[in-house]
Amino acid sequence: MASQALIKEFEQLLGKENVFSSEADCQSYSYDSAVLNPVVPAFVVRPTTTEQLGQCVSKLYENGIPMTVRGAGTNLSGGTIPDRSDTVVILTNGLNRILEINESDLYAVVECGVVTADFANAVAAKNLLYPPDPGSQSVSTIGGNIAENAGGLRGLKYGVTKDYLMGIEFFDATGALVKSGSRTVKCVTGYNLGGMMIQSEGTLGVISTAVLKLVPPPKASKAIMAVFDDIQKAAEAVAGIIAAHIVPCTLEFLDNNTIVRVDDFTRAGLPRDAAAILLIEVDGHPAQVEDEAVVVEKVLKENSAVTVHVARDAAEKNKLWEARRMALPVLARCKPTTVLEDATVPRSRIPAMMKAINEIAAKYRLEVGTFGHAGDGNLHPTFLCDRRDKEEFQRVEEAVDEMFDVALKLQGTLSGEHGIGTAKAKWMEKETSRGTILFSQRLRRALDPRGLLNPTKLVGI
Amino acid sequence: MNDLQSLARRLMTLDDRIVACMKCGFCQQVCPMFGATMMEADVARGKLALVSNLAHEMIRDPRAVADKLGRCLLCGSCEAACPSGVKIMEVFLAARELVYEYIGLSPVKKVIFRGLLTRPALFNLAMRMGAPAQTLIFKKSRDAQNTVCAPMLNFMLGDRHIRKMAARPLHARYGHVDEPRAAGGLKVAFYPGCMGDKMYVDMAEACLKALRHHKVAVYMPRGLACCGIPALSSGDARGMVAQMKISLELLEQGSFDYLVTPCGSCTATIREYWPMYADRLGAGMKRLADDLAAKTMDINQFLVDVLRVEAAVPSEDAVTITYHDPCHLKKALGVSAQPRAVISANPAYTLKEMREADRCCGCGGSFNLFHYDYSRKIGQRKRDNVAASGAKVVATGCPACMMQLEDVLSHNHDDIVVKHPVEIYAETLK
Ligand SMILES: Cc1cc2nc3c(=O)[nH]c(=O)nc-3n(C[C@H](O)[C@H](O)[C@H](O)COP(=O)(O)OP(=O)(O)OC[C@H]3O[C@@H](n4cnc5c(N)ncnc54)[C@H](O)[C@@H]3O)c2cc1C
Ligand code: SF4
Ligand code: SF4
Repeated sequence: MASQALIKEFEQLLGKENVFSSEADCQSYSYDSAVLNPVVPAFVVRPTTTEQLGQCVSKLYENGIPMTVRGAGTNLSGGTIPDRSDTVVILTNGLNRILEINESDLYAVVECGVVTADFANAVAAKNLLYPPDPGSQSVSTIGGNIAENAGGLRGLKYGVTKDYLMGIEFFDATGALVKSGSRTVKCVTGYNLGGMMIQSEGTLGVISTAVLKLVPPPKASKAIMAVFDDIQKAAEAVAGIIAAHIVPCTLEFLDNNTIVRVDDFTRAGLPRDAAAILLIEVDGHPAQVEDEAVVVEKVLKENSAVTVHVARDAAEKNKLWEARRMALPVLARCKPTTVLEDATVPRSRIPAMMKAINEIAAKYRLEVGTFGHAGDGNLHPTFLCDRRDKEEFQRVEEAVDEMFDVALKLQGTLSGEHGIGTAKAKWMEKETSRGTILFSQRLRRALDPRGLLNPTKLVGI
Repeated sequence: MNDLQSLARRLMTLDDRIVACMKCGFCQQVCPMFGATMMEADVARGKLALVSNLAHEMIRDPRAVADKLGRCLLCGSCEAACPSGVKIMEVFLAARELVYEYIGLSPVKKVIFRGLLTRPALFNLAMRMGAPAQTLIFKKSRDAQNTVCAPMLNFMLGDRHIRKMAARPLHARYGHVDEPRAAGGLKVAFYPGCMGDKMYVDMAEACLKALRHHKVAVYMPRGLACCGIPALSSGDARGMVAQMKISLELLEQGSFDYLVTPCGSCTATIREYWPMYADRLGAGMKRLADDLAAKTMDINQFLVDVLRVEAAVPSEDAVTITYHDPCHLKKALGVSAQPRAVISANPAYTLKEMREADRCCGCGGSFNLFHYDYSRKIGQRKRDNVAASGAKVVATGCPACMMQLEDVLSHNHDDIVVKHPVEIYAETLK
């Protein structure tokens, strides 16, 4: 049980309104977007200045209390589910200031709790672009994006969160302030600790602010949709586009089941017997976009696309994207529980992976819809089930295990962007090595001797 | 089985709907309450989890859950944005009913919802008696919105800047109306709603004027009761059903093609909740409510979709106007283009969109009564967006939103007038 005295101390530090200790409030920080069992924390603190953030960490460290940092709580791997009932959750949504957007030096400085889309909009208002655009950007925080190395639709051409992190300030487990990187394009002063904090899932330190790179926005873009009767042909088309030295900003994929489900729901007249739909967007200078669209169209046709549709204007482009936008919402509506995975394989292995996913689903008598980022080999097989049906859920877990096995055999990875958390921790060694686990644990213990930062996540401590 | 277990068992009937929540957290973006407090227990994901925990007996304190459920405007923004299609409003209303039943409705709410609102005559009398006394109680605040503040009633009303009750409400001015249909013409039942009847009478009269202009005959029986949404949101489904019954019986006696209301909340309630709750009045009433719901339409929608009112080209010296989307109109009913068209039908105005036009204004009916501080905080964001648009007039299709906008604009000393779209349109009519 949390000591009342400690709660009082935090109330004095942060104000009563920023310490939540009632049963109901604590229960609302016991889960995140992962399909895992909740764990109720002892209490929740919400610093509103970066100084307070550091003070919270050191106070918890001194008291030997485990801490879980939480942004919007949208991660899909259990990273913000408290480890134990005496865990204290540090909520970052009170740290939501955009400190600077520098238009001449193309960077911005933000606090960790800034919502990704709010930041992207503020940047867009200055006619600049912050490219990482995870599907959850309307609510996710920059701190959460860094700690998960969030990717998005634009990953293929523009990269992911790690490609935009220029500098970082964070508090180590004891509450000491650590700074790395800078506002300059080049900076080799000391270790690249920003790189270390990327995808650290709240286990190595508590991020307080970040310097993020901005880019000029593309002046034009064009969307193209292609329908295939065979996944293999779609994959070959993807390879063909890259081989033609075109890097589309997005290259998305929908499988047959997703197409049918979306069409059932929207009655948009999608090709229900198609094996796959590819959605491609090229962007850049207007002339280049025109040229690239022509090449993409040609490659798609050469690879036996059944139909190819190039959007003529913004309204048509919007319509083409509708099917992709609706993929998750439609699948999510089918059954109570939506297990959204993100197994990732080298691009050329997508057909093999897709075949395996569908065979595994059939073997375990489960419905799965798969969509995702074909350009990155990052698939989102989405298992539709009802978690209350224990027997069925057991089958889902087995199917997911088997799917990871296949992904690893195809030289892929457990997770392209959703993280390890506790959900996939047991698989870490299989993808990496015993040495990797031990190395990571030694690293953690050296930096966090009392083992308090999200202790059971990733590799454990 | 103890009471708590029986409450849990009854809440389990909502389990199928609650498990549909995939906990994506996307509702955080649109929830006005979350925007004000940034607390997870205030967003739909958190509230659904708490109801579920109460149902599974993981939380032992129903009062705490009731308290969290009450911190909600029932604006439906979460449901409209929910990728998983969770029927959030149904769950919230049903949970409120069950939980409040368990802990008991507060005595104040009981008097209002069961005592006053189910007895239109008594309610009217109370309001009438209050109206002349208002001059004593309310001090006129100097503002463009014509509101008054109530220093003497501060303990009850807080520092609200609201309109005076009309000296003569609509029903007193018109009595029982049952106009004959013009040959081949349309006839509608006009349901002014409590606020159209008692507070925004000018607005209701503008609606009647527009209907007259289009030669639409009107049926407006005397004694219509509240649509029931305030009671329902307070967990008093019994009060709501009693109110609904009165209106259903009166409406049954008229013959008309549509039921139109100038209030987004009334429209949404009649269309969605009357059929759902009329079950409790037996099959006959249920059929009646279903029929009525199918004929019920927001007045803006009626003007545009049925009467074909069209936008005009603004004149050169047109006044800038902006429009706020009431949650119940846009998110529950999908009506957002029509009110804009109705406004644009008056060339003396030019419509300029504000940022976040469809973000909740923070009124939320009885939410405003019990959580005025949050209501003001949410309203301030709306006010800032209205002010930033540079508009001289802000229109909105729901009297509750009108009241909220007047309150926040008045508190900010803004020289911006609040109108209903039909009032703007009616200015062009003789
Ligand atoms: C429907 C849906 C779609 C999604 N789409 C995508 C997608 O397209 N791409 C993608 O990459 N992800 C996606 N995600 C996953 C998730 O949204 C991302 O991982 C996101 O970055 C999490 O941000 P958050 O603010 O919610 O972080 P949280 O969930 O709150 O936290 C995530 C992790 O980061 C840690 N953390 C948070 N803040 C800090 C901090 N300040 N310092 C240190 N550690 C911190 C936490 O401890 C936790 O381990 C999706 C999730 C959902 C539900
Ligand atoms: S948006 Fe819907 S599914 Fe997502 S957390 Fe909110 S209520 Fe649940
Ligand atoms: S109804 Fe409105 S206030 Fe209530 S939880 Fe949903 S979005 Fe928030």
